[in-house]
Amino acid sequence: MSDASLLELKGITKRFPGVVANDGVDFDLERGEVHALLGENGAGKSTLMNVLYGLYQPDEGEIRINGKPVSIRSPKDAIDLGIGMVHQHFMLIPVMTVAENIVLAAEPTRAGVFLDYDAAVKRVQEIARTFNFAIEPRARVQSIGVGQQQRVEILKALHRGAEILILDEPTAVLTPQEAHELFGILRSLTQEGMSVVFISHKLNEVLEIADRITVLRRGKKIETLPRAGATTEKLARLMVGRDVLLRVEKPPSEPGEPLLQVNGLSVTDDLGLEAVHDVSFDVRAGEIVGIAGVDGNGQSELVDALTGLRRPTSGRIVVAGKDITGRGARSSFDAGEGHIPEDRHRYGLVLDFNLAENLALHDYRREPDSKFGWLFPKRLLSRARRLLKEFDVRGGSPQTLASALSGGNQQKLVIAREVARDPRVLVSAQPTRGLDIGAIEFVHRRLVEERDEGRAILLVSLELDEILSLSDRILVLYEGRFVAEYGPDVSDEELGIAMTGGSREAA
Amino acid sequence: MTEPPEAQESGGFSGLAGFYERAGGVVVPLAATVLAFLIGGLVVLITGHNPLTAYRAIFDGAGFNWVFPWVQGDDRAAAARNLQQTLRFAGPFMLTALAVAFAFRCGLFNIGGQGQYWVGFIAALWIGTHLGGLNRPSHVALGIAAGIVGGLVWGGIAGLLRATVGAHEVITTIMLNWIAIWGGQWLVEAPNGHLHGPVASLPRSAVIFDSAKLWPLWGVGPLALSAAIFVALAGLVVYYLVLNRTTLGFGIRAVGFNPEAARYSGIPVRRSYFLALGIAGAFAGLAGAVDVLGAKFAVDTSDFATQIGFTGIAVALLGRNKAVGIFFAALLFAGLQTGTSTRALDPSIFDPALATDLATMIQALVIFFVGAELLIVFIWRARRYLPLRSAPREEPAPL
Repeated sequence: MSDASLLELKGITKRFPGVVANDGVDFDLERGEVHALLGENGAGKSTLMNVLYGLYQPDEGEIRINGKPVSIRSPKDAIDLGIGMVHQHFMLIPVMTVAENIVLAAEPTRAGVFLDYDAAVKRVQEIARTFNFAIEPRARVQSIGVGQQQRVEILKALHRGAEILILDEPTAVLTPQEAHELFGILRSLTQEGMSVVFISHKLNEVLEIADRITVLRRGKKIETLPRAGATTEKLARLMVGRDVLLRVEKPPSEPGEPLLQVNGLSVTDDLGLEAVHDVSFDVRAGEIVGIAGVDGNGQSELVDALTGLRRPTSGRIVVAGKDITGRGARSSFDAGEGHIPEDRHRYGLVLDFNLAENLALHDYRREPDSKFGWLFPKRLLSRARRLLKEFDVRGGSPQTLASALSGGNQQKLVIAREVARDPRVLVSAQPTRGLDIGAIEFVHRRLVEERDEGRAILLVSLELDEILSLSDRILVLYEGRFVAEYGPDVSDEELGIAMTGGSREAA
Repeated sequence: MTEPPEAQESGGFSGLAGFYERAGGVVVPLAATVLAFLIGGLVVLITGHNPLTAYRAIFDGAGFNWVFPWVQGDDRAAAARNLQQTLRFAGPFMLTALAVAFAFRCGLFNIGGQGQYWVGFIAALWIGTHLGGLNRPSHVALGIAAGIVGGLVWGGIAGLLRATVGAHEVITTIMLNWIAIWGGQWLVEAPNGHLHGPVASLPRSAVIFDSAKLWPLWGVGPLALSAAIFVALAGLVVYYLVLNRTTLGFGIRAVGFNPEAARYSGIPVRRSYFLALGIAGAFAGLAGAVDVLGAKFAVDTSDFATQIGFTGIAVALLGRNKAVGIFFAALLFAGLQTGTSTRALDPSIFDPALATDLATMIQALVIFFVGAELLIVFIWRARRYLPLRSAPREEPAPL
């Protein structure tokens, strides 16, 4: 074996029109290590890995494997070179079984034509045993959980002979427990000599799993450092380029009167199955109530009901004394509710509207935006100018289309619209989804400020850290029911167990 | 942003449609038109004619040479007659295009322009052939109002079905087209039909009273250009104002771009569907009204074969659902129609029978190339998934 690293990327530069996504980035990977690639959204992590996986061609720079320069022109080249990639969005066929998905495109056949299913199952079992995976090869992919599906993706890469595994934000979809299991799998993979590139913007998990950490910022490599001696503060500073307040500083809450009162609420999902069963809770003025839970335990349906998008099957929702149950989105706004939706592209914004129009979405039918059905575009624009400044929305004028803004600024736009209406209750669902650290900091600070203004804030989030750092009270939603309630000082282990249905006593 | 996950998030239909709206501008319609004429020219060449002289003859046949001050004498008189014809066609084209465009801005595909046009036409015809003795302004206004209401009802039926039971407007408007066409034909042809004319043996309606005729503006006799063209221009202005300057239009555009976000903001999505199709129908009904009150004055069986509603779809597509775009697209299509007609085209230069086919072909090619743009954009975006040398794509500015 030569001294050369298993994989070396040298001076990779990739330009897109108007953006240098990677600017002379160096990166290397040793055999048997986990090397984390850390950076904010848009820092160039995925671009770099897409270059390595043959999805993009670099404008400059070279890739060496075992010291030899290679040319990777397509994912097929990458696979042939022993590189496997697990994307954030899984690329599995739901109706096929685990084994079928894994052997796809490299199937063992009988008579050259027919799939040898038993051989496929056997192969999968062998690989799973080697790397210490727990998986059922005959299960259909649509019937297994997200964590299991991710294992299928990893096994698929291993089956194709991958020695280098690229994982793009692998924990984004996992519960804390599932993430722990993933880390266990990664450790056993590296013990078997596999090497892993771990893309993430989460500091804690990078510190937990990586041997070395390379930080990218605005397309440039900032530093590569060993895990030993790295701290979250240091990594955050490298990522953002300045000191970041990781803990949200907030005085203890002084809850006032209940502004959001939910009583015996039951909601069904799109298939007519009950997703939320008979839940009751209050949110008071000046407090943040966090709803924790693994995705798909009724959060979306609950939020839909609270925001008037879904008619509950029973129960009552009262906002600042007004019953808004099943009366539609408009009446919830009119009662003084603001919404920060879970999916800003789908619900929060009309991407093809300009910023001024987006800011007017709720109020365009009232004065001063309009009178007798006649719209005053100039008033929309002048209000937009004021709000963009006040909420520090960058990257556009009132006449810019919302689609041209970055994710963080789009979210600021949504928050500006909702908060500017001076709501009594603010329902925020995953308010920092897909945002980078700088934007998350802004959103968190703003939520605490709004709390201190005396608004009642409901925070529904899949991010435990977010729930823990913002909430004054935490409710855990599991299979449509609240299974536990905690104060702000609960440990994440205890919360994690409650989220997966374990009782408080089990902790 | 350079991270594909973000890019994928914004790359759904609304992102694509937005890009389509923005990037196209006037470039794509112009390019599509030029390309269509180039290919048409090749075909003319194959038939053994000179494409340049053929196009010149069609241009003159459409009367567009009237704008040149050096065209004088008999030529000028002929040009004026031709241009009057072109503008007579252009007005209804604009209005039926607005019927498509208005619905499209709400995310709906109104194929029912044809039927809405006929209901408007028949309603205005009824007013025009009855109620004799009214003074002219009232009779005309009443006829136009009847056309608008007729189209509104016909479009509104499809809108109501969409809003209440979710019946898709493409299906319902096509079915309503046939009901309108056959219903209208029955009224005119059946010997005891309400609109059957005085000659029992002829399947033709009576001619409307003179008091119901739109004022002729330019030219003389039955082929003069009437005030219909101003009604159409007013339609364009109303279209622009309603969409961009009213709360109704704001809601309709929001629903058209992103119905889920609209619902989330408390905009009544289903009511918007109903109103959008109703108003769209009103534009087409107005087209029918001005056609009968300003140009046709009566209807016989052969008129029912008109394709005006479908021409409206093409005009709206080429005009990108914008008022100004529709104005020019309607002129182009109307010009092609007049310019290749037997009456206007000099047969010694290009056989009108061939020319009519050429016009149809050019119209089809224009629509093909405009429609293909979505495909081109899609291929452009998909390039980054293909192992091509470089794969630039539209990047929003970084934070």
